[in-house]
Amino acid sequence: MREKFLSLSTVGVPLDRTNVDTDAIIPARYLKTIKRTGLGEGLFFAWRYDMDGKERPDFPLNRPEYRGGEVLVAGENFGCGSSREHAVWALMDFGFRAVIAPSFSDIFHNNCLKNGMLPVTLPAADVRSMIDALLAAPGGKVQVDLEGQTVTGPNGEIHAFGVASFAKTCLLEGLDEIALTLTSAAEIDRYERERKKATPWLFLDLAG
Amino acid sequence: MPTLFEKIRDRHVVTRRGDDVLLYIDRQLIHEVTSPQAFAGLEAAGRSVRRPGAMLAVLDHNVPTTPDRSVRIEDRGSRDQIQALRENALGAGIVLFDIDDPRQGIVHIIGPESGLVQPGITVVCGDSHTGTLGAFGAIAFGIGTSEVEHVLATQVLWQKIPLQMRVVVTGTLRPFVTPKDVILAVIAEIGAAGGTGYALEFSGETVRRMSMEGRMTVCNMTIEAGARFGLIAPDAVTFAYLKGRPLAPPPSLWDAAVADWKTLPSDPDASWDREVALDASNLEPHVTWGTSPQDALPVGGVVPDPEKQEDPGERARMRRALEYMALSPGTRMIDIPVDKVFIGSCTNSRIEDLRAAAAVAKGRKVHANVTALVVPGSGLVKRQAEEEGLDRVFLDAGFQWRLPGCSMCLGMNPDKLKPGERCASTSNRNFEGRQGPGGRTHLMSPAMAAAAAVSGRIADVREVAR
Repeated sequence: MREKFLSLSTVGVPLDRTNVDTDAIIPARYLKTIKRTGLGEGLFFAWRYDMDGKERPDFPLNRPEYRGGEVLVAGENFGCGSSREHAVWALMDFGFRAVIAPSFSDIFHNNCLKNGMLPVTLPAADVRSMIDALLAAPGGKVQVDLEGQTVTGPNGEIHAFGVASFAKTCLLEGLDEIALTLTSAAEIDRYERERKKATPWLFLDLAG
Repeated sequence: MPTLFEKIRDRHVVTRRGDDVLLYIDRQLIHEVTSPQAFAGLEAAGRSVRRPGAMLAVLDHNVPTTPDRSVRIEDRGSRDQIQALRENALGAGIVLFDIDDPRQGIVHIIGPESGLVQPGITVVCGDSHTGTLGAFGAIAFGIGTSEVEHVLATQVLWQKIPLQMRVVVTGTLRPFVTPKDVILAVIAEIGAAGGTGYALEFSGETVRRMSMEGRMTVCNMTIEAGARFGLIAPDAVTFAYLKGRPLAPPPSLWDAAVADWKTLPSDPDASWDREVALDASNLEPHVTWGTSPQDALPVGGVVPDPEKQEDPGERARMRRALEYMALSPGTRMIDIPVDKVFIGSCTNSRIEDLRAAAAVAKGRKVHANVTALVVPGSGLVKRQAEEEGLDRVFLDAGFQWRLPGCSMCLGMNPDKLKPGERCASTSNRNFEGRQGPGGRTHLMSPAMAAAAAVSGRIADVREVAR
């Protein structure tokens, strides 16, 4: 079951990097779990810790001013690479509820929505100035209002953002998408009957 | 008039909701890392697998590539995931290619081998490199675990319609220039996010002349350009590859299937949201210097200088990449020494890849400073390679000859780089830490990787093989 997305007013955590890939968000060795929880431990592991396992003091997630922040603000193409949903689970387990970036990879964007995490796409210049403001004055607040589809930056500037209406409803209400899809079961049955006639070779059982 | 993608989409629409379509999924491939939570979710909700006969499961990401894996797998998390998939597949009635099954291998290799990937189908897998399978003229895409669960339960997925991009590749590839070099050049051209929101169809005479294996290499890395989908129109090459495979249409349905498949290619007047042209006639073997697949250049090139980059964001990214890779601007790529060589992965572990590497390795020796692995993509590839004597070529040259799996592509099984080690790799991602924490990756083709292995540094295979 997904979590409902509520509006946020929280410390913004700047991650001034582009092309943040999901291997960086959660290295593969942390994927060896059969659960969705506990992945925050491995979040940005190589950037949070040095080779001896000591915290890197200058990495934003380690700086006291940013601790507890629930909104990550990052550069373009966030979440590229592997489809691992563990990246979203790790961000959420660590405490993040939204990511703001100029662009997201398609799969990561999808994975966010399935878990009640909000990916907010804003123009690159707006994200740039938000990151600069959060770096210049650490601890600055960011507000995210999903209902009204606005983000308020640390200097009080308001940005509107777009979100697909169905995704918005699912986020706000924490809907179970599989249950919703199963309301179309009759249509799925009908599709299968028709396709079986047109392309019977696609309905041979792979188990033989 | 519709594109290949649009034709396949149209025949899979179950219903619509605004701009989204409910897309019927013909087949799902499953592996041990991205599926346990999906099966657990099903169980928690009291749901069952709707069409177990449309699924195929395999163990690949976690499994060691050494013979002792049949006896015991040391890592507990890996053992748990492997055991979970065995139980989940058995419980649901899904076929599993287990560790000792001769058909076991990398999920994107075994699907095509079995014949279950066919033109005109929709196929998904909880793995971003599923786009590989679009080489058959299919809508094939990677999904997250929640969507794996959704497909298990419903056999459908809600999808937005991607934009349509056509990449036209023309010209005859020169000797030792391969499909891997073509796709690295395309990614360098459009960038790691250039394909975001798009389905990419590859066409043009160069693509038409590629084998199915080469086409799979091209489609495999579309995700590295940001695109979830890579497609190539089916043709006689596709049909010949499929004919007679265990899960291909049986003889009684074969002619009907082929007649159907011939209707799929994009119409000549199809409209494209973006078109990219690549003249490959002068293309050179490519290698990457940085930590994004877009950081590819001809092997004769030098490490680029971030200070010459005008965009400040890109300048900062390049500086970081060079620091991570421990490289200085102006260094010739062929002067970069390597510690490890990895020939394998869903990008380049098929029989043609192994033949190309073996042709370079034959009669030469792996450099004293290098450890080199060859990891066939599946048990069937391994068997064929052994029948052709390729294993002997590699072993005689000092390469290790391993069992099938994802191996050193992704640092989640015992095959990993150590911190600071530098690898010439035929895989698909050179991200920081991808092949192991602190590891440094240079992507290239199998022949180029073999040339690096015998040279102890990145090398131009055309010089080595001369």
